[in-house]
Amino acid sequence: MSGGVDSAVAAARAVEAGHEVVGVHLALNRMPGTLRTGSRGCCTVEDSMDAQRAANIMGIPYYVWDFSERFKLDVVDDFIAEYAAGRTPNPCMRCNEKIKFAALLEKAMALGFDAVCTGHYASIVTDADGNKQLHRAAAWAKDQSYVLGVLTADQISHCMFPLGATPTKAEVRAEAAERGFSVANKPDSYDICFIPDGDTKGWLGERVAPATGDILDRAGNTLGQHDGAVAFTVGQRKGLSIGTPAADGKPRFVLEVRPITNTVVVGPKEALAIKEIAGNKYTWAGLAPEHPEVEFDCHVQIRAHADPVPAVAQVVSTTSVTGIEGTLELRIIPNEPLAGVAPGQTAVVYVGTRVLGQCTIDRTVSAVPVSVTTASTTPASTASASPVPVNA
Amino acid sequence: MVVYLDHAATTPMLPTAIAAYAEAMGVVGNPASVHSQGQNAKRMLEESREIVAASLGCDPIEVVFTGSGTEAINLGIKGVYWARAPRQRILVPGGEHHATLDTVEWLAQHEGAVVEWIPLDEQGRIDLAALAAAIARDPLDIALVSVIMANNEVGTIQPVAEVAALAAAHGIPVHVDAVAAYGYIPVDFRALATAGVSALSVSAHKVGGPVGIGALVLGRKTTVEPLIHGGGQQRKVRSGTQDVAAAVSFAVAASVISSEEMAPNQLATQQQEEGHGLETARLAALRDRVIAGVARVAPSAVLNGDPASRLPGNAHFSFPGCEGDSLLFALDVAGVSVSTGSACQAGVPEPSHVLRAMGRSESESRGALRITLGHTSTEADVDALLAALPAAHALALAAGMADRVPGR
Repeated sequence: MSGGVDSAVAAARAVEAGHEVVGVHLALNRMPGTLRTGSRGCCTVEDSMDAQRAANIMGIPYYVWDFSERFKLDVVDDFIAEYAAGRTPNPCMRCNEKIKFAALLEKAMALGFDAVCTGHYASIVTDADGNKQLHRAAAWAKDQSYVLGVLTADQISHCMFPLGATPTKAEVRAEAAERGFSVANKPDSYDICFIPDGDTKGWLGERVAPATGDILDRAGNTLGQHDGAVAFTVGQRKGLSIGTPAADGKPRFVLEVRPITNTVVVGPKEALAIKEIAGNKYTWAGLAPEHPEVEFDCHVQIRAHADPVPAVAQVVSTTSVTGIEGTLELRIIPNEPLAGVAPGQTAVVYVGTRVLGQCTIDRTVSAVPVSVTTASTTPASTASASPVPVNA
Repeated sequence: MVVYLDHAATTPMLPTAIAAYAEAMGVVGNPASVHSQGQNAKRMLEESREIVAASLGCDPIEVVFTGSGTEAINLGIKGVYWARAPRQRILVPGGEHHATLDTVEWLAQHEGAVVEWIPLDEQGRIDLAALAAAIARDPLDIALVSVIMANNEVGTIQPVAEVAALAAAHGIPVHVDAVAAYGYIPVDFRALATAGVSALSVSAHKVGGPVGIGALVLGRKTTVEPLIHGGGQQRKVRSGTQDVAAAVSFAVAASVISSEEMAPNQLATQQQEEGHGLETARLAALRDRVIAGVARVAPSAVLNGDPASRLPGNAHFSFPGCEGDSLLFALDVAGVSVSTGSACQAGVPEPSHVLRAMGRSESESRGALRITLGHTSTEADVDALLAALPAAHALALAAGMADRVPGR
């Protein structure tokens, strides 16, 4: 119970369904915000108190369990390391994968519980053979199946999402008000919970030592300097501070962040279009497909609130690339190119409303081939003379 | 049936204290008023102050009622620190209650205090040689020494008189946090003052009185700067209309401490050798039943604190391989209320700073369980705990360090 309206109503519905329910608030930070900093939707003292008041009203016991050490290592440190490696991680997915449906579930099972019930908007469906499947919520606008895409069959078989069938969030709020929960009108949380003021760049800047590096075009010509590659995300347009305009006069966008060489690659908007994504870290949310090596139709979603895009996917061998026997990746080819894809993001694969599985994107292929143009207005570029393949 | 074994957090109010509280709340009159109702309230208040003073072995004028033990400690530390300006050093043992820790840290952050932590040994006793050495370094710049009389978590009784003697040799005031000790072991302010103690804090709800009232015993010779300014009540040390009903109720609980039956104090004269009155001896026997029983049903458990010189109602253990909150949960479900240590804000558990100060690692400081007995505790309570513990222990072991980083 985060202290928000969703988990409170989910708990109340589980109680009404006849389950023996215990409210658990996760202490994820050793230094929770004080009452003075106010609520942010989770992880502050005020949120913990809100959760407890809701538990009081539905008459269930309530405890705070400390997962701060695991959270720091598996979510916060991972977030920093991923950014430092030039990838764009989703800490909420990591928290679901490693904390809520792993550390918490394990501990709860050991203490005699059967399942973890949360206020996520998603549905669990049992197929004809009794296997549990993860599906989108009825409330399409609030659907959170994307951030649950990392769950495995075993985790899904011990989950409950009582809000999955509710058509709108407004109904959840109305129900909370009817039940007398003080959190009925509490604002939703959007920010990353461990970055108190929502300033992700500033927060990362304090943790990842910034160093001046080159801004390159797709051909490898130096266009200017930046103050730290970590401060950039793929698709970003503002803040590039390149003195000279592009030869074609069009605005330039960040295409790639390369932390190893501390360089940022920029180019025209069209070059952001990605025609293929792949990841060797993939999982199936439930029963694995019988023949994943055979190309199948699906939809792919690359962000929590992105629209799903029709695609074909298959598991293919990467042995010829890696030189290691038996290496596989999930390769996804969208019917139309995707914009704003960055390595580290999660691609969730759907079949209809069902979440089939996911991969962490580690490889993308641009829809626009590199056309080597001379950076005519740039002072003689000496640094990276050889053209570098984009998004290789 | 719920078995309550968390008396150090708070102990049930005595029925007589409840009745007296309710009756006194029906009496009108501000003790500062001149008319007869005011005088009546004043009489009730001062009679109560006398009874509380008797339970503490001090003069009534030395009792300053506060809103809590925490407020008493704040007044005893901040008030003395400010009165001793420009002296900056404060000597405090590690492992004190948060009321002390946070107060001295606040003084360090905002008032230029220099806090020196005196180490504890493995059993939680203050290192007197280290204290003596710290005092010897520039004793003229020491504002005060503050020490807990008995640790609220692990129950270790500190050699308060010896601490006071070291400080008194240099005219340094000593504040004693007696919140956990009061009612369980003799707290005789006159004897402590002779040894060199200047101020001593207690709380009513730890001894069967109400929450919301504590007291600072302030020796006549000790001056403090007040924290709260206003109408000048209580020698201008603590302004604010005095809570007569709470004082009356506190006095009922205090009178039981002083009675022959309970006795840490009244019988202290005869039983000082043994160190305990009748109730103290009863609790110590129950505590030893807990310690022996835990050793039997959970042999891996480690008793923390001084095995001999500890509070009669306190048994504190570490359960290797368990999380304290898993044990607490499993026992709570079984109807046994215990604690992992001191209660903390919003229930967010942290590794015990007391065990850390006793030299334990962070992981060793986690699987802690505090069992504390009080006036309502019986052998049946202890046996219920011992009956529930094996299953709870097994569950907590299975849950293990699930919420920890594997391999640590």
